[in-house]
Amino acid sequence: MREFNIGPAFAFADPGRKVIEADGVEVGVFKVDGEFYAYQNICPHNGGPACQGKMIYKVEELIAEHGVSKGLVFSKTQLNVTCPWHGYEFDIRSGRHQGDGSVRLAAVKVRVESGDVIVTMPAPGL
Amino acid sequence: MHEPVNRPFRELQEITLQTDTRDILSHETKRAIDREDYFLVDIDAHVSETQFWPEIIGSIDNEVIRQWGQAGMERGSSAALLNLSAGTNYQDVYGRILHQSALRQAVDPAAGHRFTQMARRSMDAMGLDYQVVFPTPMLLLGMHPQDEVEVALAGAYNRWVSERILPEDPRLKGLLFLPFNTPEACEELVQKYAGDPNIIGFTIASTRNKPVHHNAYMKLYAMIEETGKPLAFHSGFNWDDPSFRQLNRFISMHSISFVHWSLIHMTNWIINGLPERFPKLKLIWVESGLAWIPFLMQRLDHEYLMRSCEAPLLKKLPSDYMRDMYYATQPMERSNPRLLQATFEAVNAETQFLFASDWPHWDFDPPSAITDIPFLSEQAKRNILGLNAARLFNLEVKKMRPKAADALSTRPGVS
Repeated sequence: MREFNIGPAFAFADPGRKVIEADGVEVGVFKVDGEFYAYQNICPHNGGPACQGKMIYKVEELIAEHGVSKGLVFSKTQLNVTCPWHGYEFDIRSGRHQGDGSVRLAAVKVRVESGDVIVTMPAPGL
Repeated sequence: MHEPVNRPFRELQEITLQTDTRDILSHETKRAIDREDYFLVDIDAHVSETQFWPEIIGSIDNEVIRQWGQAGMERGSSAALLNLSAGTNYQDVYGRILHQSALRQAVDPAAGHRFTQMARRSMDAMGLDYQVVFPTPMLLLGMHPQDEVEVALAGAYNRWVSERILPEDPRLKGLLFLPFNTPEACEELVQKYAGDPNIIGFTIASTRNKPVHHNAYMKLYAMIEETGKPLAFHSGFNWDDPSFRQLNRFISMHSISFVHWSLIHMTNWIINGLPERFPKLKLIWVESGLAWIPFLMQRLDHEYLMRSCEAPLLKKLPSDYMRDMYYATQPMERSNPRLLQATFEAVNAETQFLFASDWPHWDFDPPSAITDIPFLSEQAKRNILGLNAARLFNLEVKKMRPKAADALSTRPGVS
């Protein structure tokens, strides 16, 4: 196992992230509401650097009685990361594409130990 | 229990407007290591010409129209003289795809024109030997209410790209931009640039309401046929069209509008027998994706067999003429692999498809979009990625790019 201590948990903004690279492997580590999530920095669409794009809350449409649209709003809870190549948006908590849950980022193990964020990096070539 | 180790790692920055193209595309550069022996031609990439608008406005021949443009720029307009369509600023998905918004990376002031340097970075990063460049907002000039402005800007752009940009890098090529609303001006431009070796074809921006079979264009087509260089229809969008104004989201309009123009011009081209009138004129259809092609083939064949009296010049099925034409692959719809494979088979993709990136636009395709197609043979991939273009544009098949490993090592590497 290739475990990396990438720094103290308190040093992460919330929401925030750090994208790290070691031996050619890139991983995005995210902090949302005090929890950490990590994914390989490879978009399942075309291989773009999905973790290095804009973090933005999911867009939702409010529907009232009788199916009447009341317009677009930002989610108060679901934060996405957007692949900067083509705009694929992934829920940071699940790694799943917001429009097709079968399209997802590859998860990477991350934990907080003694106040530090520890990432288990995938082996090179994976 | 494993003890976490303070191993060395590098931190990568968020992709921003200032990120170097080589960093944005570094993942594709890594993929390019596996295709070092491929010959790659990107037949559709773009200049964001408004970044260099003072240079282009300054190249306008007509002194009054030049003053109109300069006066607009002096008052702060970054798109003086242009007829930007509604939605133009939505293309970057509201700030999510920043290479569409703008490329504001630093360049070396002593290393040539800013555009040339950025284009070279994209070529090196994607592993391209040649790149054919088109303008961007100028592709909507066919809808400009003033034909004289289309003529003025076409002349200025052609001069700028042929004199200032293309001579700086032998890997960059251009297609002449035709002010199609004024056939006589197109003829003058064809005559002027037909012998320019860096101008390897001609472009009609498809977003316009001009029937391509009108007799006013026959002399122009004959002249282009005589040059032996191909004619490209480069599609675009127009949200101002009455039908399209019903569509309330950019995705809806954009998904249909590009295809709409290709459907209309292709239909007119074939039903009026232009392939029979200009049998040596080679046509390329750019930036409508691929899914529209088998649809139109079937639709026209079906009706032609019942109403062939309306298309008396045809000597074979409409789909047979379409099969003789060339198609740029981007944006390649690929959510259904079986439909994609059927499309490739319907159009003789191995000889007729041409790889196009559309870089730096929001829906660009990298070369790996082609190499990742599971049903294509190795030879088909090589043809589509470069050898078909070499044959069509008469390009020497020769490695013009640095090795991918060298391209990776020279990037800034901060993102």
